[in-house]
Amino acid sequence: MEHLDGNSLAGPLAEFFTFDVTMARARCGGCGEVAELARAMVYPSGAGMVVRCGSCDEVLATLVESDDRAWIGFSGVTTIEVRREPSSSSSSSSI
Amino acid sequence: MSDAAGGSTQVASPGAALRAVPRAGWHAATVAATRRETPNATRLELDVDGWPGNAPGQHLDVRLTAPDGYTATRSYSIASSGPSTRVVLAIDKLPDGEVSPFLVDEVRAGDQLEVHGPLGAFFVWRPGSRLGAAADARPVQLIAGGSGVVPLYAIAQAHADAGDLAPFRLLYSVRTPEDVYFADELRELVAASAPLRLDLVYTRRTPEGWSKPAGRITRKALEDAVIPAGERPLVYVCGSTGFVERVADWLVELGHEARSIRTERYGGM
Repeated sequence: MEHLDGNSLAGPLAEFFTFDVTMARARCGGCGEVAELARAMVYPSGAGMVVRCGSCDEVLATLVESDDRAWIGFSGVTTIEVRREPSSSSSSSSI
Repeated sequence: MSDAAGGSTQVASPGAALRAVPRAGWHAATVAATRRETPNATRLELDVDGWPGNAPGQHLDVRLTAPDGYTATRSYSIASSGPSTRVVLAIDKLPDGEVSPFLVDEVRAGDQLEVHGPLGAFFVWRPGSRLGAAADARPVQLIAGGSGVVPLYAIAQAHADAGDLAPFRLLYSVRTPEDVYFADELRELVAASAPLRLDLVYTRRTPEGWSKPAGRITRKALEDAVIPAGERPLVYVCGSTGFVERVADWLVELGHEARSIRTERYGGM
């Protein structure tokens, strides 16, 4: 099977993260490139997925799933930048 | 504390358009209608229970479960957008596929499917420029290979529905005239007031009297049919992995900024 790209991570990782991981910008530990995970390359295999840097091909992350658990590795990512939603009016505290 | 899923807080703010898309979840979907899209593809309209709406360009995952519990999940781009719980897909049948032959040939109105979505905020375009604000409108170049046109059609339709004035151009590479997805809808979009230019490239057989011979898109043909790099278009490319990578490489060679190119690969064809 030919490789896919990081857009295909949206479904599998939505099970575990509350934000859209594909829009998170990850810094590659291999080459330092910072890019949305959607821009990474994804190699599906029987056990899960290997995510590689779109610039240098370094392994950024791995996802392995079984029926009752998942193993998520970010071996090649040094930082992930997650955009916060603009802060809304502070209506939650009521002291 | 139980803040169960579904309790999304809506706060109107100038940044709302940039917000993350609605939270993905699994939903029960009922097939509302099916129709032949091309000789090799079917259009499915789904009524999705609890669907929070979706942005143009997003996808969803469909999960099929066999009687013995075996499951298969595949991603499909969504051809519709907006708040509706009616979701439109157009699915190409892959010869060795595990899921697509069932969805293309077997599914009937009334059947139930499990869908997960809406998914992905990267391959998304949202209308921004309204009437009178055309000067701010960044042009958009859409480039589709085969069934890769599905999310790009959703984007072009959203552009027209919003009366958005950003110049749009769609370059669509397709095998034969019969393989064009959303042929009637695209014709209407070209005639609509929102600016859209459609350029078709036929790779196997052209309509009669077509000016160019059938054949794969070339770098020269790409250069001739896309908004020039100097106009700084946003570019969306969707299709098979080989198509997307060939086109994206050429775009960079032609001076397009890599950051302005968004790609979505469907894998092998």
